[in-house]
Formats: sequence, C-alpha cells, structure tokens
Amino acid sequence: MTKTFGKLAAVEARLFLREPMAVFFAIVLPVGLLLGLGTTIPGFRDADPSLGGQRLVDAPFTAMMVLLSIVTLALSVLPGSLVVYRERGVLRRLSTTPVRPSALLAAQLLINVVVAVVATTLTLVLGHLVLGVPLPGSPGTFAVVFVLGSLTMLAIGLLLAAVAPNARVVQGVGSALMFPLLFLAGMWLPRPLMPEILRRISDFTPTGAFGQGLMDALGGHAPQPLHLAVLAGWALAAGLAAARLFRWQ
Amino acid sequence: MAIITVDHLRKTYGTKVAVEDVSFSVEEGEVFGIVGRNGAGKTTTVECVAGLRTPTAGTVTVDADLKEQVGVQLQECSLPDKIRVGEALALYASFYSRPAGWRGLAEEAGLDLRAPFGKLSGGQRQRLSVALALVGSPRVAILDELTTGLDPQARRDTWDLVSRIRERGVTVLLVTHFMEEVERLCDRVAVISRGRVRAVDTPAGLVARAGGEQRLIFHTDDPVDRLRALPEVASVTVAAGRNAGTGADGSGVEVTVTGSGDVLSAVAAVLPPSRTRGLRMERTTLDDAFLVLTGKEES
Repeated sequence: MTKTFGKLAAVEARLFLREPMAVFFAIVLPVGLLLGLGTTIPGFRDADPSLGGQRLVDAPFTAMMVLLSIVTLALSVLPGSLVVYRERGVLRRLSTTPVRPSALLAAQLLINVVVAVVATTLTLVLGHLVLGVPLPGSPGTFAVVFVLGSLTMLAIGLLLAAVAPNARVVQGVGSALMFPLLFLAGMWLPRPLMPEILRRISDFTPTGAFGQGLMDALGGHAPQPLHLAVLAGWALAAGLAAARLFRWQ
Repeated sequence: MAIITVDHLRKTYGTKVAVEDVSFSVEEGEVFGIVGRNGAGKTTTVECVAGLRTPTAGTVTVDADLKEQVGVQLQECSLPDKIRVGEALALYASFYSRPAGWRGLAEEAGLDLRAPFGKLSGGQRQRLSVALALVGSPRVAILDELTTGLDPQARRDTWDLVSRIRERGVTVLLVTHFMEEVERLCDRVAVISRGRVRAVDTPAGLVARAGGEQRLIFHTDDPVDRLRALPEVASVTVAAGRNAGTGADGSGVEVTVTGSGDVLSAVAAVLPPSRTRGLRMERTTLDDAFLVLTGKEES
C-alpha cells in the first residue's frame, strides 16, 4: 500500500511539473515578484516608520509572496485537479481497483504541500541572498504558522472542490475568492496601513490571520493567539464541511 | 459454474426506475454481451456487478474479489491529459497484487508508451482503457460501450483486442448496442429493454427466436404462382411499380419469396435458377432479431 502511494504521488508530482501554469503561478511568480519588485522599486528597500522601521520588502512583502504561493495552490491548483479527476471519472475508476480514491486525494495534498515548501524556501532564501531579507528568527515558530496556515488554505480548497460542480466553476469561484482574500491579507495595502475596521475584519479571515502570522514569524515575533485560533477554526470548519460534502463521482 | 449471477436486480434513482427486473448468469470463460438501446439499463446493470452501485433490490453475486480480480472499463472515464500511456499502465499495475506485464499489454493494444493521454485518438484511448482493465490479471473484465464513437478500423482493432482477452480465459461482460460487435465477440447475450431482460441466448439463438426467416429476391419472366404451394414458402410478392411487368429490357418482374427451412432448394426445384436473374438471399439478421425482441416503438 505504501509502495502504491509512493507511485501515485510520484506520478502526481510529474503531472504537476508538466503544467507550466501551475509551476509559474505557484513558484515562479511569487519568487519573481519579490526579486523583481524588491530590486527595482526603491521605496521597497527603505526603512518605513509606518511598518515599525522594517523595509516593505522584509516581513510584509515576503510574507505576502509566501501567502500568494499557498493561496494559488490551495484555491486553484488543488481544487482544479481534483474536480477534473472527478469530472473525468478518475476517482470512480480508482474505486474499482484495490486502491481507494482517497489515496489520490492524499497524494494531491502531499504534492501541494511539497510545492508550497519549495516555493517558500526559494522565496526566503533568494530574498535573503538578493535583498537581504532576514531569515525567520525562530524557524520553529515560522514552521508552525506555515503548516497551520497551509492546512487551513488547503482545507478551504478541498471544500471548494467538494461543492464545485465542474472545472469551469471551480476556476471561476477560485479566482473570485482569491482576490478579496489576498486583499484582506494585505497584498495591496499592508495590514499595518489598513484602517482599523478593515484590519479587524482581516483578523478574522483565513488569509488575514495567515498573512499576519507569517509577518510576525518572519519579523521574529510570536504569532498572536487570535490569529492561530482563527486559522484553526477555519481549518476545522472547512475540513469538516469538505469531508461531509465531498463527492467521489 | 457461474462466475456472475444477477438475480432479480432492480435499481431506482429516486422515482426513476433504471433497472426493473434483470436476471442472468455468466459462465467462467465466456464472453457475455448485454445489449439494449440507450437508457435500457445496461450500464446500471454492469455497474451493479462491478460494485459501483448498490442494487435497490435483488442480488448480484460475483465469484471473484471485486477489487483485485474484476477489471473495469467504464463508459465515461478518462485520464489526465498529461499522463503518458506507460505511466498510467505502470501506475495501475502497481495497485494489484498479481499484475500482468503492462509492457506486453501496451504492445498488444498497439500503444506507444510515451504518448500522453491527451494526444491519443478515440480508438487508442479505448484500447488503453481495456489494457488498464486487464493490467491486474483479472478473472472478469467488464467492458462498457467500448467501441461507441470509433471509426470502423478502430472498432476492428478494439475487437481484436477483446478476442485475445477471451483466449486468456478471462470472463468478459460486454455492454454494447452494436449487433455486429455481439456477432463477432459474444458467446451469449442478454437483450435488455426498458429495464427488463427480454431474452438470454446465443446470437444464433436470438435470430432463430425472431423467426429465422429467409428471403429470396430475384427477377423472372416465368409465372410464380405455383411457388405459393410449396410448404417451405410463407409468402410470394411480385413487386409493383418501377420493377413491375415484363420490361422490354428483359428484366422481368421482381419477386420476393419468404419462408423457412431450405427455401432455396424448394424454389429451385420448381423454378430453375437459369430462369431467374439477380437471385439473392437475405436472412434475418441480429439487428432484425433485436428489433423484434425489444419492440419497435421504443426509442
């Protein structure tokens, strides 16, 4: 069974690498934006008092690029492939073999987590080497936020795959969700600069809590318990709903 | 000893009855066809056999491990576009405890191991689907509408593949609405119409049930009334219209004689073939039998 799962995961990994769009949006775009904007826009590398003296390119922008990669994987790549697998009857076909279709779902989750780890590592290491972005002071804290936040986003992606009737809807709804969620995370207006009311709303969204958690961890602070609780709550709610609603055919 | 036994199977989806009452049994090693029009309940029946659906009533018994020993080719099932033939076969082979040699299967199916699924033709996809159904060395293969939508050449290639499955001793349950496919491949057939089994027989048996009538058609200038007296002859029709009358070109009248048994010899004894032109004989086909058995009004 483990051998089979390994084989399944290896094939899924190869299929992921053959999708140029997935590789671009999940890995190349976030790393490229960080390095591209970080090196060309001068303001990005100046200490900013409104950000507590950090440079925009440090924790705030780096956190957003890590988030961008994970949100893309969770809301677009993962549900997109799962819905196609359901639409094409792959999950149903698997249920006639000794392998459970849930193994394919697990392999998909694993691939997306691995890609998120690769993209995040590249973002942090290249940001550090090229732009001098400090590495997370406490890698353990960063890892906790990264894992919890990734699980939350992937659970939301699974819920999306569970309720979307076809591939067209899943892509549409995925992108429609992505923009407000990225905005609330502070992609275009960093959270420290948000009006109070918007920041309060952002605190309770999965991406707002995740983005702030990443920023805190990157800046060497402990994440706020509120944000961890918000992430855990979303993960639990979306995960349970996805498990209840997921259709294999 | 039957390897598959379906007994008074009934399956409803909400208020819609897909299968009303279906019973048949399949012997080990035979190619058993399930024929019927679209919506007759064929797919529902085999999906109940494959364990993909739970019967509303009745029983389905398969004397084999459903997951390990029953290979399935589903009607609406494809693979990701980017997966290569070899990858898909190797992957599915890894699911089973006693897989068949997947390279051999690919060769037999005439498939290029490096070709991505998205680039395969309809026929190649179907043959890959059959190969995937066989990759676990199953005792039973369930094939659902495997040649629908294929061109004649692709259909023949797929039939060759199925004939070779039989040679391996694999029992095949084949869903189809092509009578030619039934004639070529099936040992026995169940004819399903409106969720019920209308007949279970060999293809030849079905033709016989439908009357097994023969038809002789020829042109002649001789009188044909005396043919009516022959015991083998059921009817004699002299064509009216374009072919009627004794034409100046000497084409004579077109006569159609129907009957059973050795009609040809009986007619030849009375009317020498040298006195006829353009003699041809038509038999009841499986298509005719199918129409008789399922009723014509159903669409």
